[in-house]
Parts: sequence; structure tokens; C-alpha cells
Amino acid sequence: MAERPLTKNIRTDRVPLSLKEYEAAGGYQALRKALREMSPKGVQKAVTDSDLRGRGGAGFPTGQKWSFVPMGEDAPRPKYLIANADEMEPGTFKDRLLLEGNPHQLLEGMIISAYAIQADVSYIFLRWAYKLAAVRLERAIAEAYENNYLGKNIIGSDYGLEMYLHTSAGRYICGEETALLNALEGKRATPRAKPPFPQVCGLWGKPTIVNNVETLSNISHIVNNGPDWFKGLSLSPDAGTKIYGVSGRVKRPGAWELPMGVTIRELFEEHAGGMREGYKFRSVIPGGASTEFLMEEHLDVKMDYGSVQKAGSRLGTGAMIVIDDRTCPVGAVLNLEMFFARESCGWCTPCREGLRWIEQILRAIENGEGEPEDIGVLEEQCRRLAPGNTYCVHAPGAVEPLQSALKVFRDDFERHIREKRCTWK
Amino acid sequence: MPTDEERRQIEEELKKAAHKQGSCVDALKIVQRHRGWVSDEISGIAGMLDMTPDELDGVATFYSLIFRRPVGKHVILVCDSISCWIMGYEPVREHLKRRLGIGPGETTTDGQFTVLPISCLGACDHAPAMMVDDELYLDLTNDRVDEILEKYK
Repeated sequence: MAERPLTKNIRTDRVPLSLKEYEAAGGYQALRKALREMSPKGVQKAVTDSDLRGRGGAGFPTGQKWSFVPMGEDAPRPKYLIANADEMEPGTFKDRLLLEGNPHQLLEGMIISAYAIQADVSYIFLRWAYKLAAVRLERAIAEAYENNYLGKNIIGSDYGLEMYLHTSAGRYICGEETALLNALEGKRATPRAKPPFPQVCGLWGKPTIVNNVETLSNISHIVNNGPDWFKGLSLSPDAGTKIYGVSGRVKRPGAWELPMGVTIRELFEEHAGGMREGYKFRSVIPGGASTEFLMEEHLDVKMDYGSVQKAGSRLGTGAMIVIDDRTCPVGAVLNLEMFFARESCGWCTPCREGLRWIEQILRAIENGEGEPEDIGVLEEQCRRLAPGNTYCVHAPGAVEPLQSALKVFRDDFERHIREKRCTWK
Repeated sequence: MPTDEERRQIEEELKKAAHKQGSCVDALKIVQRHRGWVSDEISGIAGMLDMTPDELDGVATFYSLIFRRPVGKHVILVCDSISCWIMGYEPVREHLKRRLGIGPGETTTDGQFTVLPISCLGACDHAPAMMVDDELYLDLTNDRVDEILEKYK
């Protein structure tokens, strides 16, 4: 059976390992190794060589992100490392598993990563709704302080790190890394213009790295086992394992850690058990709400960054949402755009106004009040909300499922308008 | 103005913070924990955070879970994102409406419940899902909703 480094120590009931149990399972050995045998640059090199890419959705190479942080005596201080635990991409529930099931794995990854960029302070930015995770993280942080894995002179080294848990108060946009920084500073969580990039000028104007929970949870394993081992976990050019999720009308919805690059078919048929009785597969959104629809002909596409992109969508968070034959695709897109319109932070006009307009048109079409020219208006809005017109990628992400739906479900849109009703109702 | 107890708790938060403003969401949550919601009278709290009332108001209005109007004793948050839509959050919401007589954004006349929509709760493998206060409820059916409501009566 394939190795599952991220989830092998997560119990079925998700009761997390205490610090002692985590240590007994080999925990905090990677931190010892990093602090005693490796330089910060050495840790950075191991992560760069591992080809680890960000698991929050964008897939940016983690080592490369770290390499932009100013190092040495002259670097601005304090420097920050932030775990992005604001998981809120519809359809996505992978970080919840890691946060609830093995908080020390995240902490160890954070401490090593903070050492690699010589950060002084770290935050876990947790979404409000993850109550159980909050309790378990608080406990784990306290245990780590008690055992000198946090604080000054960590396990006898020269290196020290403080860690805080910040629990947010809602809003999807907080997961956008620059909006997250504003949120932590106590401002409205609107995104910032880039450049300057957070790696150079982030939290309170100081160098800051923001990494996703799953990304950081991989770090101790890379340090323990090396970059080549990490690359060997994968079935594809993108390294490591991935926690994939499947939801919708499948027999066994769930999340599984599998080698990067398993096919959609394997995930859907073997792990999720295929469709429930009476339902047929129609389509799948492969990586959370802001990715484009894939169809039956794409079932053999590998779930890695390159392959999904080649098929015309994005791996995103690796959270597949299956659309069945009895679910109206226009209704599904309306639901997605309602989410994006509501969660737009309102900072820039195209997103604030455009997404609301899209939602209204889609609602009209779904309610049988659409006009033939509406499809053209939707296509026009997709162009206007393309990358480059807004501060962040909220709006470009929002129109990804819409523009693909207008192609692959064209007949459904036209029939709604022609027959002046939703034919699924 | 904040009460003595609220002030004490906010000051406790501020001890941990390098920048006072960074604790403003925590301060708003403290007030909400005591009063159920955050009224427009926030200048006293803003002063503690080195913020203007307008700045704090800007933050307070930004977040969906800082309530700016009174809510019921229990807040029911019904997930309305895609996986819960496919699995049927609408029937759940309809059932709540039948049982409580209120739709999203409304509070029962006895002040017991407020129903609000919420974006993806990250429980998509057990959709439809909702939260009541701090508790997450999964795989909702009408019967399950009835059981849950009993607990909060």
C-alpha cells in the first residue's frame, strides 16, 4: 500500500495524538534534525528540491516562495510565518482533517518552516467555524511551549519562535494571503495590491510567509526523509501525496490521502464508490468551487497540477464536487456565483458589481425569466472579470466555473431560456 | 461603553498583542459573547484599541459573524454552499421555517432562535450541514433537525 505520511497518524475517530504520543510516533525528530544538523538555507534547499507546491489552491512552489524572504543580519525584523487555516473553498474539507486529527504535525512543520526563513513570530489563522480545531490547536500549542518546542532557545538551540492562534470572524476573502494580513492587523480584510509581495513586505510591513495547512504539514516528512523520497510518493511530475476529497451524490463521500496524480476515475469509482443508486455521473468540479467543470471524457485525467490544467481546469484544493444527472447545472452555477458574490469583499468595482450582476442573471435564467441575450452578457462578464482587472483572484476564480459551464452546459442554459423554466424542477 | 468585565477581558487579550489594533476582532467577540451582538456604541472599545470608532465599525461590519443587530439565544447557521445545495440544504431550511416560522435573517418572536445562511462549513462529506452556536450537525434530515431543535428548547 502506498505511503500516507500526512494521515498515517490520524485515528479513525480523529482524536489527536497528544504530544507524548506524537513523539512516540517519531514526532519532533525532524525539528531536532533541522535545528541541530541543518542550516536555515539547508532546510530551504531540501524543500525546494522536493518540488513541494502550495496545497491551498494556487500550487506555487513552496521553496521558491521562501527564497524571496530577506535573510541575514540586515533582514527586517520581526519576520513572520503564518499557517493559512481559513479553509472555506466550497467543497473543501481537507485541512479540517489535518487540524483536528494531527495538530502537532502542523506545529512541527510550522516551527521548521519558521526556522528556514528565520521567523520570530508565527500565527495560525483559523476560520471561525472550526471550533474543534481551535480547542485542539490551543492544547497543542500549550504542550509545545511546555516542552520547549516553542519559546526561546528551542530544545537548546539558538533559535526561538512565538506562536499564536488567531480565530477569524467569517468571510472567504480572509484566505487570500494579503487580505489575511490585513485581517491579522485588525483592518477590513481587503486584499492588498502586489507588489510589494508579503515575502518582503507583509504583516506590519515585515517579511512574511503564508503557507497552507497541508503544505506545512508536509515539511517534517520532507526533512526526515529527503526530497527524493517525497518525489517518489507521487505518480506524476508533481511531488508528494495529496489529500483529495469527493462530495456530491456519491456512495461514500470523503477525503483520502493518495499519491499525487491518481485519476479522477480512481477517486470517484474506487474511493467514493461511484454514484448512488438512481443517479448518473454528469460532471465534476475537480478542485473546489473556483475551478472549471470537467466531463465524463476527462475521467482518466490525473489529479495533478499539470494534467488538470491541460484538461482545461485546475487542481485547486483537490476537492472534487460531483454533479449528477438529476442536478440542474444552471442551478449549480447559480449556487457557486451566489457564494462568490456574497463573499466579494467589495474593494474593487468589477468584482463587487460584476458578480452580483452575474448572480442576478443566473437566478433569472433558473427561474424561467431569462432572455436570449443573457448568455452573451454572462460571457462578457467573464471577460471583464478575467485576471488583471482586480486586486486579487477572487473574481477571476469565480468566473472559472461559469465560463466553462457556458460551454459544456450550453444546451441547458438555452433550454432554460427557451422553455422559460428549469427543466429539473 | 464596555462593562468592567468586558474591559478586563479585552485588556487580557491586549497583553498578548504587539499591536493593539490586531486584537480588535477578539475584542468584538468578547463584547458579542457578553451581549449576543455588537451595538453601534463602540467608541469605548475603539479607544482601548487605539482605533477610531469608524475604523472599528468598518471592521465590525466586514465580518459575517460579528452581529450588528440583536440575535436569538441560539444562532442556527445553515450551510448553503455547493455540496450542501446538491445534497439538499433547501429542504432543511424549509423544514426549519415550518418548525420555527422564520426564514434566513429572522429571529423567532420568543427570542430563542435566529437562522442565518453561512458559506461552506468544510463538512461537505456529510452534507447537508449546519451549526447551532458552536456545535456542528451533519447529514441533516427533517427528523434530525427536529431532534436538534429539542436540545435547544
